[in-house]
Parts: sequence; C-alpha cells; structure tokens
Amino acid sequence: MLNVAPLSCHPGPDPRLRDPAWSSRLALMLALPVLLWPLLVATEFRPWLLWQPESLRLSGRFLSDFWPPAHGADFLLLVAQESWRTVAMATVGVFLGLLLAAPLALLASSSLSVSALSGRMASGPMWLRHAVRLLLAVLRSVPELVWALVFVRVVGLGPTAGVLAIALSYAGMLGKVYAEILESSDRHASATLLRNGCGRLQAFCYGLLPTSAAELTSYTVYRWECAIRSSVVLGFVGAGGLGQLLDGSMKMFNGAEVATMLLVFMALVALADRVSAALRRWLG
Amino acid sequence: MTAGTRTDQSIALPPEWRAARRRLAWSSAAALAFLLASWITLDLQLAVFLSADSASAMRHFVAEFYPPDLSPNFLRKVVSAAWETLAMSALGTLLAAVFGLLLALPAARLHAGDPARAQAPTRLLLNALRSVPELVWAALLLISAGLGPFAGTMALCLHTTGVLGRLFAEAIENAPQGPARALRAQGVGEGRILLYATLPQVTPQLLSYTLYRWENNIRAASVLGVVGAGGLGQMLAFHLGLFHMPRTATLLLAMLAQVALVDAMSWLSRRWLTR
Repeated sequence: MLNVAPLSCHPGPDPRLRDPAWSSRLALMLALPVLLWPLLVATEFRPWLLWQPESLRLSGRFLSDFWPPAHGADFLLLVAQESWRTVAMATVGVFLGLLLAAPLALLASSSLSVSALSGRMASGPMWLRHAVRLLLAVLRSVPELVWALVFVRVVGLGPTAGVLAIALSYAGMLGKVYAEILESSDRHASATLLRNGCGRLQAFCYGLLPTSAAELTSYTVYRWECAIRSSVVLGFVGAGGLGQLLDGSMKMFNGAEVATMLLVFMALVALADRVSAALRRWLG
Repeated sequence: MTAGTRTDQSIALPPEWRAARRRLAWSSAAALAFLLASWITLDLQLAVFLSADSASAMRHFVAEFYPPDLSPNFLRKVVSAAWETLAMSALGTLLAAVFGLLLALPAARLHAGDPARAQAPTRLLLNALRSVPELVWAALLLISAGLGPFAGTMALCLHTTGVLGRLFAEAIENAPQGPARALRAQGVGEGRILLYATLPQVTPQLLSYTLYRWENNIRAASVLGVVGAGGLGQMLAFHLGLFHMPRTATLLLAMLAQVALVDAMSWLSRRWLTR
C-alpha cells in the first residue's frame, strides 16, 4: 500500500484562487527597483529638495506673485506684439520650410520615377533618392532649438534665427511626409501620364497633386500649429517672440508677468489648435 | 478648330465646383495675406543672411567644427551626458505614465451612468499641463529644483502627464463595455471592474502610447539642457557659449547618433511587435 498524501492535506488557499502568474509578478516586483535605481542616480532624483525651507521660500514667493497676473496696458501691448511675432515667426518659418521641402519631396518620392514604371528603378536615380532622404533625415533630426542656437551665433539675436531654425527642421519633416503622401496616393493617373510621354512635373501637377492636395494641405496646417508651439520655445535661446519675453521675466523672478504670459501662451496654443482643426475639417 | 466651335456653356463648371474653386481662391488669398503681414512685421535680415559677407562668416563658423574633439576624456563625459539624457526621459515617462493613469480615471466617463463630475476640471488640468512645452516647464522648475537633471525629469514628467492623461482617458472611454457591464450587473464595485475588466483590455494600448511618448521624450530631453536642465543639451549650450567648436561638433554628432539609434530601435521593435 502506497501512502499517498491526499491533496486536501496541503495547507493554503483553495488552488482555484492561486495566481498562476505569481512567479512572473514576483520577479517583476523584484526587478523593478534594480532597474530603477540607476535611473534615479543618473537623474539626481531627490524630490525632498523641493520641500527644503530655502527652495520652498523661493518658489512660494514666485508662485504667490502669480496672482494677480500682470495687466498693465503697456505690458499687455508688449505681450500682444510679441505673441504676433511668435505667430509670424511660425508662419514665415513654415513657408520657407515648404519652399525647401517641395522640391526635395519631389526628388525623394519614388512615384514620379520614369524608370520605376518598368520594374526596378535605375541605380543612379535610386542613389539620388537615398541621398535626398538622408539630407531630409539630417535636417529633421537636429532639434529646432539646436538649429536656433547655431543661427543665433551666425545672424545674431532676433527672429531671423528662429525663422531659419523652423525653416530647416520643418523642411526635413515636411519633405519626408510629403514624399510619403505622394507615394501612398493613387498613382494610376500619374503613371498613365508618364507612360504617354508627359514630363514629370506635368504628371505631378495633373496626376498626383489633385488626388493628394487635401492631405498635403492638411498636414501643412497641422505643422503650422506645431511651429507656433516651437517658436515660443525658440525664444528661450534668443530668437525673439513670446519665449524671449517669458525667459526674461523668469530670470527676474517676476511671477505676475510669467503668469500673464503663460495664460496668453495657453490661449494661443488653444486658438491655433481650433483654427487648424477647423481648417483641416473644412479641407476634408 | 474643334475647340473654337465649343460654346462657353459646355466648358462651364458645375455650380458646386465653381463654389469650391471660389473657396480655394479666397482661402489662398487669405493665407497669402497672412504670410505677407507676418513677413513684413518681422523685419527679417534674410538679405544679410544671404550676402557674401555672411556666407563667408558661415563658412568659417562651419569650418571650425572640424575636426570634432574625440579625446577619450571628453568622450567619456559625452557618454555620461547621453546616459543622463536617456535616464531623464525614461524616468520622466514612467512617472508620467503613473500620474497620467491616475488623472485619466477622473477625466474619463467610465460608463453611461457615470456622473463624471471631476471630468471638466481634470481635463482642464491635463490641457494646461500639455499646452506648456517641456522647455518652459524646465525653466519654471529651475527656480525650485535648481540646475540639473532633476528639473528636466520633472519637466518631462509634467508635460507628458498632460499628453498621456488625455490619451489614456480616451483609450479607457473607448474600451469595449461588455465585460464591465457584465461585472456591474453582478454588483461588483467600480474599483474591481477597473482592475479586472477595463484595464486588462486597454493595457496594450496604454503601453504603446507610453513607448511612443518615451521615444519623443528622448529627443526632447536632449534639448532641455539648453536652459540648464541636464543632459547633452546642457553640455552643448555650455560649449557653444564658450565657442568650443570641436567639442560642440562632437556633441551634435552624439545627438544625431542618439536620434538615429532611437529611430532604429523604434522601427525594429515596431516590426517585432506587429510581426
């Protein structure tokens, strides 16, 4: 006779209630602090510093200045003027980016390739396309703010540096997305035109553009909205506009002015959001 | 000439097309006017920028970047700054995911009968967090947290909380209602419904939003330093300010390499996940 212990002898909870994934859960719980520790060290994560009397006093004074926001007529006029400059920088920057992006996108997109009509693209044009794509990638992977830092050294403080920074990095983004939109749109018309001996620019204007114009415009409007956000940030390195004013007020610990400008900036972003959404809905 | 014999009637556009064309003309004119007004009020010095003088200055400026400073001592500093950038973005995103989820619950209408009284104020808070860019948050936090990566981490966390909170709330609202309704009909409490019905369904989506924001934040973290919030950007602003061009070149290359690496990783992981 084998003396087999019946299952019910085993103490503990009902086996139906046992968690089948307990081992992986436990491993995760143990691994999490080990993984987090180097991050906490590297970021010098010491939140209790925020509650030290010295920094509490400083931030308390700064925050108590927030109310009431500065509302002198002169100051409001200045803020309005700088907000307009911010929007203007974004608009001109996106326009210059568009001028640069359009030819690059036409070069980068494979949908206007004559040699690709009959199978593989010839190797010369293919390398040219790769080179243009690489150029677009470099343009957009340097952050706007770094472009602005560099241009501030070359053209001096002021909106020109900001406009150039937006133009270059947005040329990279717009060019890439334009090329992708052109490639994903219906190529039947343009291919037919090309096969019948049209020039590539003609095939683009009459074959590709009509089908993808709405999408191209909608993306450009969306990017304009993003450019308004980033042109505020560019002001922090001296490229003019609301950001520069905000930076100045922060350095002077002027909470009231900072509060006004933050409110104006939020309103500006919300307005740009609404306008761009309405325009894009209208374009269909 | 066959074209000459056609009457104007046969080539007239249908009325709705004419309306569309008129609309297009007006909107282009408005956009052009807006652009012109912007251009005129900005007093851009593009002519100066494109002049021969400035071109040669630019050439000198660019020539100074070469050769990049590749001494092992400096490279070690660059690598540690890159690690700091990565750590800032990772921790900032992780905290933002936690806070975002906590704020997404009041911001979402969990079921049709949910009064969701906290919805409007929470959404307002999320919008405010989201509409202030990371860099502005960093500049604000420098006052209470001091220079260094901690301010940058918190800045990333605040902005990303706004973004993720809104995305999470939408994901939770759009989750299939069947399992939750089944549990509610059995009299299960809202907390357990969330844990056992709603969250398991939306977790993959929340995870993919978080990873996507992490990818964005790595880029953002590298420039936050420009206002003094740690990482590669802080070194870049420092060396560019002192006109250490070879070192600036190394830092720019490091930033480009980081972005390229992140792009490649994201592409690979996307392919691996969607396979």
